[in-house]
Formats: sequence, structure tokens, C-alpha cells
Amino acid sequence: MASATLSTPAKAGIRAPAVPAWVWALPPVALLALVFLYPLALVVQQSFQPDTGGTSIRPYADVFASEAFREALWTTVWLALASTAGCLVLGFVLALVIAFVPFPGARAVSRFVDVFLSFPSFLITLALLFIYGTVGMANGLWTDVTGAAEGPFRFLTTPWGVLLAEITYFTPFVMRPLLAAFSQLDTAQLEAASSLGARAPRIVRQVILPEALPALASGGSLVLVLCLNEFGIVLFTGAKDVTTLPMLVYGKAILESDYPGACVVAVVNVLISVGLYGLYRVVSRRAGA
Amino acid sequence: MGIRFDAVTVAYDGNVVLDALDLTVAPGEVMALLGPSGSGKTTALRAVAGFVRPASGRVFLGDRDVTDLPPHRRGIGMVVQQYALFPHLRVEDNVAFGLKARKVPKAEIRTRVAEALEMTGMGAYARRHPRELSGGQQQRVAIARALAIRPGVLLLDEPLSALDAQLRSGMLAELARLHRELPDVSILYVTHDQMEALTLADRIAVMDKARLQACGTPRELYRAPANAFTASFVGNANLLPVTVGASGAALGTAELKIDTSGAAPGASATLCVRPHLVGLGDGPNRLTGTVTEIQWRGATHRLYVDVDGHRVMADLPELRTPPAHGESVTLHFASEDAVLLPAGVGDHG
Ligand SMILES: Nc1ncnc2c1ncn2[C@@H]1O[C@H](COP(=O)(O)OP(=O)(O)OP(=O)(O)O)[C@@H](O)[C@H]1O
Ligand SMILES: [Mg+2]
Repeated sequence: MASATLSTPAKAGIRAPAVPAWVWALPPVALLALVFLYPLALVVQQSFQPDTGGTSIRPYADVFASEAFREALWTTVWLALASTAGCLVLGFVLALVIAFVPFPGARAVSRFVDVFLSFPSFLITLALLFIYGTVGMANGLWTDVTGAAEGPFRFLTTPWGVLLAEITYFTPFVMRPLLAAFSQLDTAQLEAASSLGARAPRIVRQVILPEALPALASGGSLVLVLCLNEFGIVLFTGAKDVTTLPMLVYGKAILESDYPGACVVAVVNVLISVGLYGLYRVVSRRAGA
Repeated sequence: MGIRFDAVTVAYDGNVVLDALDLTVAPGEVMALLGPSGSGKTTALRAVAGFVRPASGRVFLGDRDVTDLPPHRRGIGMVVQQYALFPHLRVEDNVAFGLKARKVPKAEIRTRVAEALEMTGMGAYARRHPRELSGGQQQRVAIARALAIRPGVLLLDEPLSALDAQLRSGMLAELARLHRELPDVSILYVTHDQMEALTLADRIAVMDKARLQACGTPRELYRAPANAFTASFVGNANLLPVTVGASGAALGTAELKIDTSGAAPGASATLCVRPHLVGLGDGPNRLTGTVTEIQWRGATHRLYVDVDGHRVMADLPELRTPPAHGESVTLHFASEDAVLLPAGVGDHG
């Protein structure tokens, strides 16, 4: 009897007539539409409205034809891909050490990774500026020691500087899910592998890495999308000739007042991000993650 | 290949969990490490595998001192309770793992994987993933994986305790068969189940509180336990405090004619009698008391009798008219079925 009552709560007649489920979905959807979808729609709409009036694909044709856009697109993509690759490698190695090499303070380090995630990205860039900037510590030390007028470290304003800053800042985003995955790993598996005769490198490749793949995929795709859209780091390194898509949007909208052009670049940026995210979902589902 | 513990002591943070263990497993022998939870069984096994470093003492495999050798160079097969199969690898690749790590030629790997799977009856499941197997099947794969590298020593840490009772007795028979097929492999079998130890082992090492309490064949431990802990842990036992007399021992007012050689008259000792060797009615060594509890166990009746404040258990063939609760009864046992243990060894009752 009890189970019959439980399975048909509506018949119990205690509650008021049930509200259809979709009603509960209304507030979040409305909020989402207001703060996110509506501005996005405006951006898309604006991108089809050249300053000359009317609605056309002129802004797209103009932007796609410009050398600056194509360069920014290429810079954005390779920087994002290289940063992601760097973060994956560095993050995997660091997470391995923290999780599996017993050293005092491993716990504190892994806590710090969490704190690091909350730092604003420009902070890291600022720190790098203090160290490697034209008037930073490294160059200062060099000029003090050698008496030269200028130090040798000037890579910070090149794409390599941006790459370094992005890898430094985003690596913890990869480590986070990896550390979570490693803490789930059955140590009995590692012990079984080593009693079967496997040394550490083989255990990493054949036991730990396969288990870490889903975490690597999710961390990597997050970092990729974040890098594609990164603005603060590129701005703060002060690399004049490193123009990424977000920088281009900023330049067109604020400096050139070319709103349709800025919107076109923004739409392209959004499409790349969403496209890569979709690709990741498809791939990760295939991988059974 | 034999295993030898030479005064192996293991401590965690100054806490001694294995206290100067001396134990030798002969080549081809099955040794069960039997003891209650936390007695240090797993620790002893992990010292052989190389996952804990003894604070002092040496571990030998055959003639080789392996104390300072890392696990991957010890050549040991190990199977644990939770299987620890590699989930992303198929059964055949799990079994091949150790062979690849040892750089065995490809063609040979194939035949040895097939052989190991055949031996454990898992030949038909080679292409499956571990998650597609039952617990018992997974444990067979884990055993196949350990045997594929042809180890001289097989370490089993409660390999059956994740399985249900029926499967467990089947697997126990399987393990016994495997050992007959591989007579040169020494097996160290950790368990807290005395049935498993009695069934499978050539000898049993009984552990308690980080120490080896006794070591011997199942029969020795059962017939002539060295101390009270062993007596009560290997099979059931009545342990009664007695005073040694000139030609026997006294339990309260009852005079018992038993072999007291080795004990000084007037000394206290513990008398051990197995419950199924205690009979109802008059006999050579008489104990009189009142029935405090009767349990019917199908083929037998278990009687709990209070004799001068000591509880005596008797397992009797099913009684047609069992005594009533509170009734006064007389029990007896044969002199040769009693063992006199030194008093105060172990405080278990
Ligand atoms: N890594 C560790 N750190 C600290 N103490 C440990 C560690 N491993 C085991 N111990 C302690 O050592 C003692 C013996 O543990 P061990 O695992 O050898 O017991 P066991 O006989 O195998 O018990 P069980 O039957 O429950 O498996 C226990 O008291 C346990 O708490
Ligand atoms: Mg254990």
C-alpha cells in the first residue's frame, strides 16, 4: 500500500494542483535571455548594419578582406593552441608530481592551485613584467652586473611573452581536474603495475594517462576557449604587434569607432569558441568520457 | 622459490604494526597468514612485494635478499581483494601487461596470455573489458595476470573476500587446482577466514597484535594449539583455567585426569577442549553444571553450560530430547582430547 501511495503522489490530494515543470524553467531562461542572449543578438544584428545604412553582409566582406583580421585570426588560433598544448604538458607533469611524489607540503601546493584559479589574469602578467619587463628585475640585474645600458630580456612584448603568460596563468586550470582525477585513481592499480614489472614511465603512460584523459580533455578544452577569448594578458604584456581577435574588437570599437567591424570580429570569435566547444563535446562523448 | 622473513619489523610513525616477524615459506608451499583485522597481515605481504620498507630485518626470496629492491624488480605475482585490473584495457591486454613490461617477444606474449587465461578458465573472455565481467571473473583475470609473468612467488591478499559465499568455495577449489598445476610456486595467502586457511594451506601462520602467535600445519594448530589465542582463533575452543595437580588438573572441585607433563604441580594453566569433543552424560572426565543456552544448528545442538562460573560449549549430534534451559547436566571428554596450555599466554577467551 505504502509503495502505491508513494508512486502516485498526485492522487494523495495533499498538494495544490501541480505546476507544470516548464514554469520553473521560465525565470532562469528569462534571466539568461536578458543578460546574455539579448546583447548577443544585438551584436549579431549590428554586424549586419554597415555605417552606410541598411542591412547587408558588407561589414563581413570588408573585415574578411582586411590583412589585419586575417593576421589576428591566425595569431589568436596559434597562440591559443600553443598555450593549451603547453598547459596540458606542464599541468600533467606538475599534477603528477603533486599527486604521486610524496614530498612535504604537497597538500599545501595543491590547495594553492585552487587559490591561484581565483587570481585575475593581469596579475600574472604584471608579475612577469616585474621580472622580465624592460625595467624588470632580470634586466636590472643584468645591467648592474655587466654595466650594459640595456638588458637582454625583451621577449615579453613578443608573442612568446604572451605565450609564457598564458601558460603560466592557465596551467592550474588543467591541474585542477587532473588532481581530482588522480585522487580517484586506485593506488592498487599502480601497485599491481609495478609488481608486474613496470617502471614509473610505463605506469604513467599506460595506467595513469588513460585514466586522466577525460580530465585532460575537459581542462584542455576549457583552457583553449579561455585563451581564444583572453584579453587582459595580451593587453598587459604591452605587445604592440600581437593582435588577437579580442584585441581587434577592442581596437575597432574603442579606437576606430568601427562598430559593425568590431561586431563582425566578435561574432567570429564567438563562433570559433562555440565551434571548438561543440567539437570537444562530440569527441569526448565518442571517447566515452 | 621460497620466502623468508628475518626479524622483519614495520612501523608507521613510530607505531609498530609488524613486530620482528620470523617466518619461512618453503618453495612450493602454501602458507596462510591468518589473523584478525589490523593484526599486520597485509603489512607483512606488502613487505614481500616491496611496498613497505621494513624498519629493520631482511626479506629474502629464495637466496636473494630483496629488502632494498624496488617492487618492479622482484618478479612477484600479486592479487588483491579489489582486483585492481586496468579498466581501459581488455582482459587479454591486462594479462599481457606484465609480459610487455618485461619485453617478452610478441609471439610469445600471445601464447602465454592464452595459456594464463586458459588456466583460469577465462579464455572465452579475452576481448572483454573488466567492467563487462562479474566479480568472480574479474578476480580470475587478476590471477591470470599475476601468473602470466610466471612468478616464483604468488601473494594473495584476501582474494575471495569480495565474493559471495558460494562463489568463494568454488574459487577456493580453483586455487587449490591451480596450485597443483604450478607446484613450484610458493603462495602467501592472507585471510581472516579460518575456513579458507584450513582448506588451502599447507601451513598456517597465526598473527595477532603485530606478532606471529603460532605457525604450523592446520592439524597441529587444531589438535595442539600453542596458546589460547591460536586455540580460539583456529576453530572453536573451550578455554578453562585449571590448577595442575599431581596426576591431573583441577577445575574448581572437578578432578580431571589429563596429561600434565611439562607443567609443575600447583601451577595455573589453561585447559583447551574442542566443543565437538565434549559429550553429554557420564564419562572419564566429568564436568557438571547448568544449561544456560541451547542452540539448534540443524545437524547438531550447541549447549552452553555454566560449570562453576565457567562457560563450557558442547557441540552434540542432534538430540532427540535436548535438556531444558536451567537443567543440571553432566558433560565429559576423553583425556587425549584435552590440551594443557600455559596460563596467561594471550588473554582471549
Ligand atoms: N599506510 C599506513 N599508515 C599508517 N598505519 C597503517 C598504514 N597501513 C596500515 N596501518 C596500520 O597497520 C596495522 C596493520 O594493518 P594491516 O593492513 O597489515 O592489517 P591486516 O591484518 O591486513 O588487517 P585486515 O584484515 O583488516 O586487512 C593497522 O593497525 C593499520 O591501522
Ligand atoms: Mg589486510
